[in-house]
Formats: sequence, structure tokens, C-alpha cells
Amino acid sequence: MTVADSIRPTSDALLSVTAPKRPANMGQIIRWLLLFLGGVAMVMPIAYMISTSLKWPHEVYNVNLIPDEPTIENYTYVLEDGRFYHWFVNSLVIATLTTVSNILFDSLVGYTLCKFRFPGRYIIFIAILSTLMIPTEMLVIPWYLMSQQFGWLDSYWGIMFPGLMTAFGTFLMKQFFETVPDDFIEAARIDGLNELQIWWTVAMPLVKPALAALAIFVFLGNWTAFIWPLIVANSVDMYTLPVGLSSFGDEADVAWELIMTGAAISTLPTLVVFLIFQRFIIRGVVMAGLKG
Amino acid sequence: MATLALRNLVKRYDKTEVLHGIDLEVADGEFVVFVGPSGCGKSTTLRMIAGLEEVTQGTIEIGGRVVNNLEPKDRDIAMVFQNYAIYPHMTVRKNIGFGLRTAKMTKLEKSARLEEVAAILDMTDLLERKPSQLSGGQRQRVAIGRAMVRDPAVFLFDEPLSNLDAQLRTQMRLEIKKLHQRVGNTIVFVTHDQVEAMTMADRIVIMKDGHIQQVGTPAEVYHSPANAFVARFIGAPSMNMLPATAKDGAISIAGGAPLDLARAPDGVLNVGVRPDDLVLTGGVPILTGRVTVQEPLGNETLIYVDAGAQAGGEVIAKADGRTPPAVGSTVTLHADPGALHLFDATTGVTIR
Repeated sequence: MTVADSIRPTSDALLSVTAPKRPANMGQIIRWLLLFLGGVAMVMPIAYMISTSLKWPHEVYNVNLIPDEPTIENYTYVLEDGRFYHWFVNSLVIATLTTVSNILFDSLVGYTLCKFRFPGRYIIFIAILSTLMIPTEMLVIPWYLMSQQFGWLDSYWGIMFPGLMTAFGTFLMKQFFETVPDDFIEAARIDGLNELQIWWTVAMPLVKPALAALAIFVFLGNWTAFIWPLIVANSVDMYTLPVGLSSFGDEADVAWELIMTGAAISTLPTLVVFLIFQRFIIRGVVMAGLKG
Repeated sequence: MATLALRNLVKRYDKTEVLHGIDLEVADGEFVVFVGPSGCGKSTTLRMIAGLEEVTQGTIEIGGRVVNNLEPKDRDIAMVFQNYAIYPHMTVRKNIGFGLRTAKMTKLEKSARLEEVAAILDMTDLLERKPSQLSGGQRQRVAIGRAMVRDPAVFLFDEPLSNLDAQLRTQMRLEIKKLHQRVGNTIVFVTHDQVEAMTMADRIVIMKDGHIQQVGTPAEVYHSPANAFVARFIGAPSMNMLPATAKDGAISIAGGAPLDLARAPDGVLNVGVRPDDLVLTGGVPILTGRVTVQEPLGNETLIYVDAGAQAGGEVIAKADGRTPPAVGSTVTLHADPGALHLFDATTGVTIR
């Protein structure tokens, strides 16, 4: 063995040295703690919803997360109740039609505001954006008066019309259309397509992530909408799922276990949709926040 | 195929006039290149021909028909864009075929036309690929294919090679030139690269600040520039401009000894001499200076010579590639009097 070998640490020796652990700093601990608390705050209501749906009526006010005597009786009851399917279909029809409408009209308006130069374009865009600042509660009365005058009360149209187009959707789509190069549009114009064909054939396929994000936002929004459907839908047959679920029980005895069961079932499709498309939602939110 | 005529073409954005009355006739099958620095109005002119910008004043005629008020699709033109404008969600086949969507042809005819164009561009094997699976040059060929498939009267190219690397640009330059020789359509090509203009054009249109400075063949604009701007814009490296005074048929360049030049009018003027014409031996001595930089190019070396403040600073000359003068050495630069270009010192117009 040479002198050099004797003083040179072997690779094994080097690998065996345990690197000193970096102490976690205080800021990081606080961040984790806040994240944990945030997580708990978000997950707990869902956990209680599922827990309550598995409890007997007498156990509902017991705060234990794990039921003493778990049961699926509530699920059997709700699923066998014909009203639940009715409300489910109502919600599905309304959420689906509203989503399709938003995809078409929000993107049409967003595309127009983005790709056409005309007087008042900026003012129109600002006017649309400014409606985002008006809370729904303030709009409910004019919506109701409109519905009453046009005879839309207690109908699908009455429930749907305020949400058929949204300012947020228009804004989101406009921001995404900004990423479509003007050359694409002009090339299609030279190739002989009219403006509607260009929008549908060239621009729309290029903003698919935005369309997916918008579809999810709108669908979830309408699936869970409560105040407006509660006001405009008078007959039990026209109730949507959230309104119908709240009607389980009466003033004296609210059947929380059934409400929570219905809520748990109605959450399932939205959870599945969200898990599949969450990357589009994130991309949509990032785009809407960063561009323009 | 068709002729193209621009008559007193003016473009205004609000009160700002960016094109000041462009007049140009392009012959059937001619390859015309618009060249000029950024903001000179070359792309605006092209977009007006395409119908993508409105004409403020004047007329555009394609094939003898005024097209000012026609939609782009009705002008019988096709355009290749700087960023290719090929649709990422479509295959090469669909991209090329896109130009035929509104064509009044049967499916079979469209398919045959598409295959024919793909064969011309050597893209038959790539038809099912998406643009993301293509190289820059292949994407450019798809863009050209989409224009070709419509067999338009006039092809418009808007700086189509500027996104390619130097080697690919040279290759595509050659391909476009060969393509023109093969199909023979009228082409209007916009570029800011004078090398592209010189190597591809039948005629070059040199623009500056919304005005045409000169229209001519590459040889004409190089050897007989209309003014100092054209002289300096065309040719690389740029023409040297040296201040001079002339009296009684003799000219003194940069305060140097008088040189007989009968065509020089009395007064102050600028003398232009291309680096290729400014050499160490031969001709008459023009000026003396110190070599500051060498740029070896192989068979020749460009030398930068500090000729002093009177000569306007540094001039570029050509030396032999094997035995260039050393940096720091003093050299006398010579030129053939016939190779000197004279320009009015105030207007820049060539004095012939």
C-alpha cells in the first residue's frame, strides 16, 4: 500500500459517513403547521358528512367521528326514495346545459374581445369584469322579477338563465385566446374560413385546457348551487339536489343523517370529475391569474 | 399565375402615415423581395396585399383586378407566415389539406392535389405526423405546402426564414428558389436580411420609412445604388462612407491628396467604397491608417483600419487571406476610381 493510498479515504469510507441532518427551521415548521390546520379545516366537514351518513338518527348529535353502530340504512333509504333520482336528474340536466352554454358563449365572447379590434372593446371588457364584483345575493331580486314577468318561475329555464354565461368564464377564455397566435387566425382567413369556422376549427381546439377548466368550474358551480334554485323552484319536482336534500325533514325534526347521506352521494360524481381534471383547473386558474 | 400592381398605396393608422404612396409593378411569375430595416413598412405592404390590413389610399391589383375590397380568401393569394402558422392539433396531412377546405373540388381531387404537393416538398412520409414531431425546416415546408396546395396566383412570404438557424436558412433559401423555378408562380417575399434578398430575388424592393428607395435586380442595387441608404444596406460588410470635397474635377477624400475624378461636382460630398474594392495594392491610394482588427474568412481577410477622424473613423478593407497585415501596422488602402460611388452629402442621392 502506498502512502497516498493510506491517507486517501476510500469511497466506501466516504459513503459510510452520515451527512449531518439539517435542522428544520422555525419558518418551515410554521408553514407545515398552517398547511396541516388548513387541511384539517377542509377535510373535517367532509369527514363529518360521511360519518353522519353512517349514523343512526339518535347518534347524529354525537360528535364522535367514528359511529358507535355504523349503518348503511340511510343510503338504502335515500337511494330508494324516488325524489332523490328526480333531483339528481334535475341537477344533472341543469348543470350540463349550463356548462355547454358557458363553453359556447363565454368562449365566443372571449374570442371576440381578444381577436377583434372594434370601438368600445375595452369598455365592454371592463363592464363584463365589473359584474364579477356584484354579489349573487344582490342580483337575486332582479332575477326573480325577470323570471316572474317572463313566466320562467319553477322551470329549468328559470333556474338556468342567470348562469348561462358568466363574466368569469368570458375573462378566462379571453386570457386563453391571447395565447393563440394571430398568425393562425389570419392564415385561416386567407384559407377561406369565415370567422365562426375559424373560432370553431382553429381557435377552440387550441384552448382545450381552458375549456376543460371552465367546464369543471361551471358544472361544479351549478351542481352545488343552492340559493337561486331554492328561490325560483317552487314544486318539489323542480328541486335540484342541494335544495331537495335540505328539504329532508321539517322544521321540528331535521333528518341530518339523510341530508348528509344525500350530500355524500351527490359529492361523489364531482369528486371523481375533479380528480380526473384537476390539472386543467390548476392550469386554468394560473392562466387567468397571470395573463393580461 | 398573375401580375401584381400597387398604385399610390398609402397606409395610415389614425393620423400616423406609415406608407407614403407605394408604386410597384410585379410581372407574372416574378420573384420580388421587399427588404428593409424594421419599421420600414415592408410587412405592412405585404399584409395589405393579403387583405389583412385595410388600404387607406391607392389600389392593389392582382391579375388586373382591383382587390382592395375583397376578402383575403377571394384574392387568390396564399401566405406563409414567419411563425409558420401550422396548427399544432392537426397532422401534416390536415395542415396541408386545410388550404383546400373551401376549394370546390371532390375529395379525390383534393387528396390527389395534397399528395402531389407532399411529393414536391418531399413530405410524403411525414403526412401523419403532428407539427411537434417535425424539425424547424420540416415545419416550414408544411407551411409552404399549405400555401402551394391552393395553387394561388400570388405567393406571399412574410419573413419565413427568420426563425431558422443559419444552416437551415441557407438550405430553405435554396429550396424556395428551386420551388419557384419549378412552379413559376409570382412571389412576393419580405425579409430584413439583405443576403436573402440578393440570393433569391429577380428584383429587390428596398424600403425605408414607408418609402421605396430603389427597385432593381440584385446586380443593379449592388452596383448602382440609388442613394447612400441602399448602398450601405445592400452588401456585407456595409459600404464605407468617406467624407470628401471636390473641385475642378479633382476629389480629396478624408483630407487626402487630390484625385482626378471628372464626374465629381464641386462641393462637399460622400464617397462610398465597398470593402471588396478597398485593397492594399492596385488602383490609386485612397487613405492611410492603422489596422485595428483582423477578421479571417479563409481565402481573404477583412481588416478594420482606423483612418482617423477626418475619414469618419474606422473603414473596412479586404486583404489576402494568407498574408494579411498585422494588427497595429500602418497600411495604405487603394481603390479603382471606377469603384468609387459618389453621394450628395445632404440628400444622400447618388451622383452619377
